[in-house]
Amino acid sequence: MIINIIIAILVLGSISVLFGALLGYAAVRFKVETDPIVDQLDSILPQTQCGQCGYPGCKPYAQAIANGESINKCAPGGEDTIKKIASLLGVEVEDLDENHEKDNRPKVAFIIEDDCIGCTKCIQACPVDAILGAAKQMHTIIIDECTGCDLCVAPCPVDCIEMRIIPETIQNWQWDLSKIPVKSLD
Amino acid sequence: MTDYILLLIGTVLVNNFVLVQFLGLCPFMGVSSRTETAIGMSLATTFVMTLASLLSYLITTYILIPLNLEYLTTMSFILVIAVVVQFTEMVVHKTSTNLYRLLGIFLPLITTNCAVLGVALLNLRQQHNFFESIIYGFGAAVGFSLVLIMFSAMRERLANADVPTPFKGAAIAMITAGLMSLAFMGFTGLVKL
Repeated sequence: MIINIIIAILVLGSISVLFGALLGYAAVRFKVETDPIVDQLDSILPQTQCGQCGYPGCKPYAQAIANGESINKCAPGGEDTIKKIASLLGVEVEDLDENHEKDNRPKVAFIIEDDCIGCTKCIQACPVDAILGAAKQMHTIIIDECTGCDLCVAPCPVDCIEMRIIPETIQNWQWDLSKIPVKSLD
Repeated sequence: MTDYILLLIGTVLVNNFVLVQFLGLCPFMGVSSRTETAIGMSLATTFVMTLASLLSYLITTYILIPLNLEYLTTMSFILVIAVVVQFTEMVVHKTSTNLYRLLGIFLPLITTNCAVLGVALLNLRQQHNFFESIIYGFGAAVGFSLVLIMFSAMRERLANADVPTPFKGAAIAMITAGLMSLAFMGFTGLVKL
């Protein structure tokens, strides 16, 4: 009885090991060369997939930067992201593209609930599913999920969505060490 | 030889896996909205099904039956299918990045395409020999591809058709699939096995 079980485990185990080895070989043999810089850029970008840079998402924009696109098009990331990308690529820091607002203090969308007609258009626009609601029912924003990409503002037919700056409180205040000028001495 | 041809025709048309046996309906509805993806999916599934039925035949005949481990068939078939799918995914990623992106989640989901496991298990139940197993797997895949590509072509045309609002989208696709299934019933009795 025990022998049978051990045989079964051994057989299935050795089949699995065999297949594992095959897959391991295939992984090396059919390895796809990806540009490592694209992955690094992608990890810097805020992953809101908002498309404000003119690309369908953060990964395509990272790809485009690697191919020479300008680095100042990410509005949700703002100045901090531009600085990080600039230091990664070793290029000059640029100001945010003038098509976007300068003010990149963190914002969340806010639905003026009295005006909401429940059309669900903003729900479809939201890339992170941060809007709660159903057809003909008032919608609301899940503040913790909202990335402040402002994609929901344009589709609203009654202009009841506005972007509100998150007030700085003790809970979310952060040291901004990079604002302190550091001079390196030779 | 005639037996093999009859088995192939029987599997492709008479006992079509999708429309007669109702296996593999998820990719049938899921990837059929564009012909290009449907063709890619068909090729990937054909490769997986043929290879999976071959490997599962070898494993049952030469490993499981001699060791009296028939109760492990389902488990080892799932293992085989998962490996073959993973392998296919790597090959597709290497050879055609575009197709890889188009197929997206449906490529790893071939693992859960019940038609693939269905072929392996039916091979066992109908006691097919080595070549019959391969032909059965290949025939099932060809039948799947045929139906999937035809269906996607129809859905592309339906997208432009003036469909009454309540029937738009999935509803008209379901009706079309049902009509296709009825049409395939016409093949019943074409081949006697």
